[in-house]
Amino acid sequence: MKQVLSKYFRDKDIQQLIGKQLRIGVIASSVIVFIGGVIYLIRHGHEQPSYGDFTGVREGLADLPGIWQGVMENKGMNIIQLGVVLLIATPIIRIAFSVIAFLIEKDYLYVGITLLVLGIIVFSMMGGLAG
Amino acid sequence: MTILSFTLILLGGAFLAGLLGSLTGLGGGVVIIPLLTLVFHTDIRYAIGTALVASIATSSGSASAYVKEGITNIRLGMFLEIATTTGAVVGALIAVYMPTNVVAIIFGLVLIFSSLMSFRKKMEFPADKGDSKLAEQLRLNGSYPTVTEGVVNYKVHHVPGGYFMMTFAGVMSGLLGIGSGALKVLAMDNIMRIPFKVSTTTSNFMIGVTAAASAVVYLQRGYISPGLCMPVVLGVLAGAFAGSRLLTRANVKGLRIVFSVVIGFLALQMIYNGLTGKL
Repeated sequence: MKQVLSKYFRDKDIQQLIGKQLRIGVIASSVIVFIGGVIYLIRHGHEQPSYGDFTGVREGLADLPGIWQGVMENKGMNIIQLGVVLLIATPIIRIAFSVIAFLIEKDYLYVGITLLVLGIIVFSMMGGLAG
Repeated sequence: MTILSFTLILLGGAFLAGLLGSLTGLGGGVVIIPLLTLVFHTDIRYAIGTALVASIATSSGSASAYVKEGITNIRLGMFLEIATTTGAVVGALIAVYMPTNVVAIIFGLVLIFSSLMSFRKKMEFPADKGDSKLAEQLRLNGSYPTVTEGVVNYKVHHVPGGYFMMTFAGVMSGLLGIGSGALKVLAMDNIMRIPFKVSTTTSNFMIGVTAAASAVVYLQRGYISPGLCMPVVLGVLAGAFAGSRLLTRANVKGLRIVFSVVIGFLALQMIYNGLTGKL
């Protein structure tokens, strides 16, 4: 397995892989957003939009468990939000890939730098900064 | 107006934004906020959340092509992402305490700066003038392939200055929900003296990560609304894709002037509305 990995993750290959991962992330999330959008428009297309005053989003759209629960209930808005979350996750997953890439190149300085960037984002996610 | 017609009009607007953004190199995100606030009278907080998601989409979509070509300096991008993500988190934090009309004014100023930047004469700085020890230690110097001259080597200069400027770019990105590509390119071109091709693609590579760092905060704060993200993300992506197909044939110079003038007007209107407290 280790040999297969190191063969797979050569410097040029990892760039190809990162490029592919970014593309797959963007395509997959747009497909999910589109599906959710169709459901949302069929059910709510005739209603009035109201974005003039800031009231946040309705319950279940601002946290992962809530989004997922709504997806299970086939709610259009939650499916769109799942696609959006996947889109936000795409560059974050790319960083995780880079950690592995630098590890295989034995470039420990950049393993550290990449982990630091990942740490800042995780802190931003979990640090209760939403206020 | 029903949600259906609202969505379709917004989809068309976002398509145009993505198309013009990719043709002129100004990015689609910059027009999304004025489009949503000035035309659709959306609260600026929803507009910021939506634009942030749109900039992740366009950045990841086009970065995938550049990374493959080997022009992007991944080490430099990764190192500077420490600065931009720290800045983005700080920006998302101050956004809570900043009145929305002040955000609108700052946005207008950054927008004017970005459109002026697109007119600036592109002149390469003389390379190899003094070595930066820090760049050496951090292994930031790189090379990229060209068709005419083979592999071109370059060195990175003024690392601390560039890092500082990148932190500022990150704060602006987190505060305003934009990729702030113009600020990133300024830091890399003018301060760190990197070839244009490398700075543009590396900046683009960094935009997604920077935006994601503040998007995770905005998601929890309810700024990211699916009803707005759906047409904007799909429209901007389709527009950017169409733009990349047209790029080889279109007369970009004239288009860039028109687009920059439009952006200038939008910026002035954002500032005016901010000053009169309408946003």
